[in-house]
Amino acid sequence: MSYSFRWSVLWTGQSGHWLLEGVLTTLALSALAWVLAAALGMTAGALRTLRHRPLRAVGTAYVEFFRNVPLIVWMFFWYFGVPPLLPRAVQDWLFSHGAEFWAGMFALGVYHGARMSEVIRSGILSIPRTQFEAAQAMGLTTWQAYRLVILPIAVRLIVPPATNESLNLLKNSSVALTISVPELTFQTRQIETYTARAIEALTAGTLIYLAMCLSIAWIMARVERRFAIPGMIARVGGG
Amino acid sequence: MDLGVIAQNWKFLILQGLLGIGNFAGGTLRLAIPAIALGFLLGIFIGLARLARSPWLRGAATAYVEFFRGVPLVMVIFWMWFVIPQLLRLPIPEYGVAISALVSLEAAYFGSNVRAGVRTLPRGQVEAARAVGLSGAQTMRLVVLPQALRNMVPSLVTQMIVLFKDTSLASIIGYVDLTKAAQIVNNREIKPFQLYLFIAVIYWLFAYSMSRVARRLEKKTA
Repeated sequence: MSYSFRWSVLWTGQSGHWLLEGVLTTLALSALAWVLAAALGMTAGALRTLRHRPLRAVGTAYVEFFRNVPLIVWMFFWYFGVPPLLPRAVQDWLFSHGAEFWAGMFALGVYHGARMSEVIRSGILSIPRTQFEAAQAMGLTTWQAYRLVILPIAVRLIVPPATNESLNLLKNSSVALTISVPELTFQTRQIETYTARAIEALTAGTLIYLAMCLSIAWIMARVERRFAIPGMIARVGGG
Repeated sequence: MDLGVIAQNWKFLILQGLLGIGNFAGGTLRLAIPAIALGFLLGIFIGLARLARSPWLRGAATAYVEFFRGVPLVMVIFWMWFVIPQLLRLPIPEYGVAISALVSLEAAYFGSNVRAGVRTLPRGQVEAARAVGLSGAQTMRLVVLPQALRNMVPSLVTQMIVLFKDTSLASIIGYVDLTKAAQIVNNREIKPFQLYLFIAVIYWLFAYSMSRVARRLEKKTA
């Protein structure tokens, strides 16, 4: 293979600026989508552990519908399919305020919310039922028992799988390039288009993704240790 | 809702997009089935390499898994798209690009599942197999893998569903799968809501029935 590398394309011209912009967009897109996914995931995850049948069905329907369809289809659906159904004024506002970003964020958040809820549900289910019964025996309402006892324990139990899922969300934000969100993969392609230097551009993008994933994993491992309840995590995480 | 667009185009979407029968070399299933088989096969080797005694083999397999788990599939697809033609000095079709990207990335995930499955087996199984005179390879093939694979079935099926959905990303490089077929039709008809919802339902039918199978197997093995 006779390929002469020219790494300087990554810091000459606009490449550096594009990469930085890509990283910032990826982080903003992922962070906002993560908040939405966490909110939806917690709601659906909690709903699915309730005794109340209709509420459980709502949670299950949301999860099963959204997580069994590829993210790219949801991106196209939310970006191309839904806006034309909205009132004219809302459409105009959306398309002058970065509609692709918001559609991408929404698609990513709703899709990963469904996957996140599975993580949260198994976290809740792994808490012994007696915790709940003890909380109720002390006079807490169902809502209080969830808020004060079940959720604080469940959140700790789910840190490792939830971190995994959050990293999936970060990596999946790259799918937003299909609806022209200028995130990291999009910018990597742009550098390739302008410089015709595919390997250099892809190397830069790949290393940035690796760095982001590895540092988040490292930080979350520390968080997990920091907030561990002595004697509680060891039993579940020991396997 | 006007469903005329589906009535007129469902044949193209199903035959060309899902099955790959038509003018384009494409098809979601034609990509998903071999990718699942090859990814799983490579995953077994990677999972076992991570449990090998040789630190070199173990290190290489661990690096492979950590690398591919830290990079988006879209990125891997672009790597294959640009680099394989450079290496081989010949253009390869989208199908080849898509399948090599899917297999190399998903094998890392399958490998993690295989490793976890093997590690759940009690150590006594291996010792007993060695005690009755089986070689290392025989122990793996006749004792460890059959039991480990059975334990792993639910997580393997889950991974297969992920891979099935991931084949949709091959549309980015122009492979005519279900997603790309819907895009092609939409460029002509401009009915995105109906078309994308329709293919969402098709993907859903496959993925959901696979997840039902996983759940049934989970109950059986538990």
